[in-house]
Amino acid sequence: MKLLEYQAKEVLASLGIPIPPGMVARTPDEAVAAFSKLGPVAVKAQVPVGGRGKAGGIKLAKTADEARNAVAQIIGMDIKGFKVPLVYCEAALDIEREIYVGFTVDRDARANVLLVSAKGGMDIEQVAEELPDAIARLYPNPWRGPLDFQLAQLVYDAGLGDLARPLTALIKKLYRAIPDYDALTAEINPLVVTKNGDVIAGDAKLEIDDNSAWRHRELEQRYGSVLEGDPYEVEAKKRSLTYVSLGGDIGIIGNGAGLCMSTLDLVQRAGGQAANFCDIGGGAKAEVVENALAVILMNPEVKGVLINVFGGITRGDEVAKGIVTARDNLKMKLPLVVRMSGTREEEGRQILRQNGIEPGASAWEAAQKIVELTRAGVKA
Amino acid sequence: MSILLDSTTKVIVQGITGREGSFHTEQMQALGTKVVGGTSPGKGGTTHLGLPVFNTVADAVEATGAGASGIFVPAPFAADAIMEAAAAGITLIVCITEGIPIQDMIRVKDFLREHPQARLIGANCPGLITPGQAKIGIIPQRITAPGFVGMVSRSGTLTYEVGSALSAAGMGQSTIVGIGGDPVLGMTFSDVVQLFENDPATTHLVLIGEIGGSVEEHAAGLIARGSRLKTVAFISGRTAPEGKRMGHAGAIISGNRGTAKSKEEAFRKAGVAVAETTDEIVGLLR
Repeated sequence: MKLLEYQAKEVLASLGIPIPPGMVARTPDEAVAAFSKLGPVAVKAQVPVGGRGKAGGIKLAKTADEARNAVAQIIGMDIKGFKVPLVYCEAALDIEREIYVGFTVDRDARANVLLVSAKGGMDIEQVAEELPDAIARLYPNPWRGPLDFQLAQLVYDAGLGDLARPLTALIKKLYRAIPDYDALTAEINPLVVTKNGDVIAGDAKLEIDDNSAWRHRELEQRYGSVLEGDPYEVEAKKRSLTYVSLGGDIGIIGNGAGLCMSTLDLVQRAGGQAANFCDIGGGAKAEVVENALAVILMNPEVKGVLINVFGGITRGDEVAKGIVTARDNLKMKLPLVVRMSGTREEEGRQILRQNGIEPGASAWEAAQKIVELTRAGVKA
Repeated sequence: MSILLDSTTKVIVQGITGREGSFHTEQMQALGTKVVGGTSPGKGGTTHLGLPVFNTVADAVEATGAGASGIFVPAPFAADAIMEAAAAGITLIVCITEGIPIQDMIRVKDFLREHPQARLIGANCPGLITPGQAKIGIIPQRITAPGFVGMVSRSGTLTYEVGSALSAAGMGQSTIVGIGGDPVLGMTFSDVVQLFENDPATTHLVLIGEIGGSVEEHAAGLIARGSRLKTVAFISGRTAPEGKRMGHAGAIISGNRGTAKSKEEAFRKAGVAVAETTDEIVGLLR
């Protein structure tokens, strides 16, 4: 789960990291209230993606009217597929310097890596590419965490020795997000040094591991429902499906992540565009197939659906019956192609044919068939 | 011959009395795997599926001399189960469990440094099978046939798909290893490829990778330094967008890293044939 900026800042504040005074606003009136309390504010769109500044999602408000107008403009705006549900109004900072601190999982090292750079305020990926030496790194022991002298070395390595004390203390607090919240990535960029010497988080990103949700129910309850992402992804999550929206017009259902991904690839190879990724896992139970089809059919762009099921010990005839029932229950009229294999696959194909569903012999043939059928539909 | 596992390997199952543990233990036995017992805390001293149940892995190892373990316990307990197996001297640990917190796995990887005898496969993987001899995990026997092709994969069902195509074409397998779909893994492609290189019974190799991370690029680098195996690679997720997790926790492109293109190029540079669809694998391997 990627937290929004104000949520990430609440979490950082709970770890003892200083944040600027700020208030969430969902309406122009709430923004005016925030202005009267905080004075000049930055009005910031709350979306879990980068690049909101460039997209026009951050506006400075020096008057109450400016705050009102900024909110009216920003709420509901679409930033990289996310509809802005609310803004965060934050007191403007008197910036002297901007620094970068953060951590992430280094997959190659299979470890967490703490990152510090004097080049704050820039995209860290860009810094890594253009000035790799400008980023200091520390791989802390995952059981005991970083030790003070290691953190001091990290800060000196980044050329920030003049701030050794406050930075060492702050990074130690930031690291607590790993043991306390199962954070995978944290980024304070910029970490602002103000004109009177305070060190304070200007922006914040925090990603919490979905696999650890059972350990952090409070985070899910507090923040899980705020996000207004893609409506189909939201619905799929409610139905416990692994679903990703992709923007094409052919719905895809597969069992297993790799198989499902390779099905998307085949559809594109055949000249089509997948509307989604949807992995229904092993077994291909009728109820799960119906749930997946229901979510896919919510999307008016979808012109046809391809189901690709490899059944190891799953019975093909049962999978076929489940698919027919799901289609009938949902009164689905769009073209449907099913490729399946497993025990009793011939009986399964027979059942599909009897019910007017096209079976594909191979995944590739099935992909070509659904592309052909959806194109024919467009012409007609 | 085979790698890691054969019909003489003594195997225990951690979580043997659970629904998944029970079902797959029976499947493992049906193939001839030498399952010698299992663990289930609080049920030590009882028997299940005709096998002795122990409270702890240390007890099970002491009584049975087991050298390998399959883990079927729920995610909140799986990291501890891996470390318990390593500490008890198990040399091959296969963790099927999906959904283990990544920070738990980072701590496990650090713990395993103190137990270098322990090889970990997974987590979030289908396990491994040496056709006709033994399996630990959930790979269905019916898609396999004994033979000379080594297989290693990050995906479950895609492995079954390719395995059955190979078997149907008369190209049996020496061992099939599913290394799993998580970002922090036990054995990587390179670790498994190295073992196949040293296995005289393996002459061909199929690698099934996917987007995210760089274990494919590492394996390509290893193969580029010299390999006696005829190898075909396939990567799924060519059309996956940046920044979206495609089912597996590890299947995500970050910025321009972890793309199918980068992996395919690395394999081509290493002289490995790259299949554009799974249907092409059999033809390229001949």
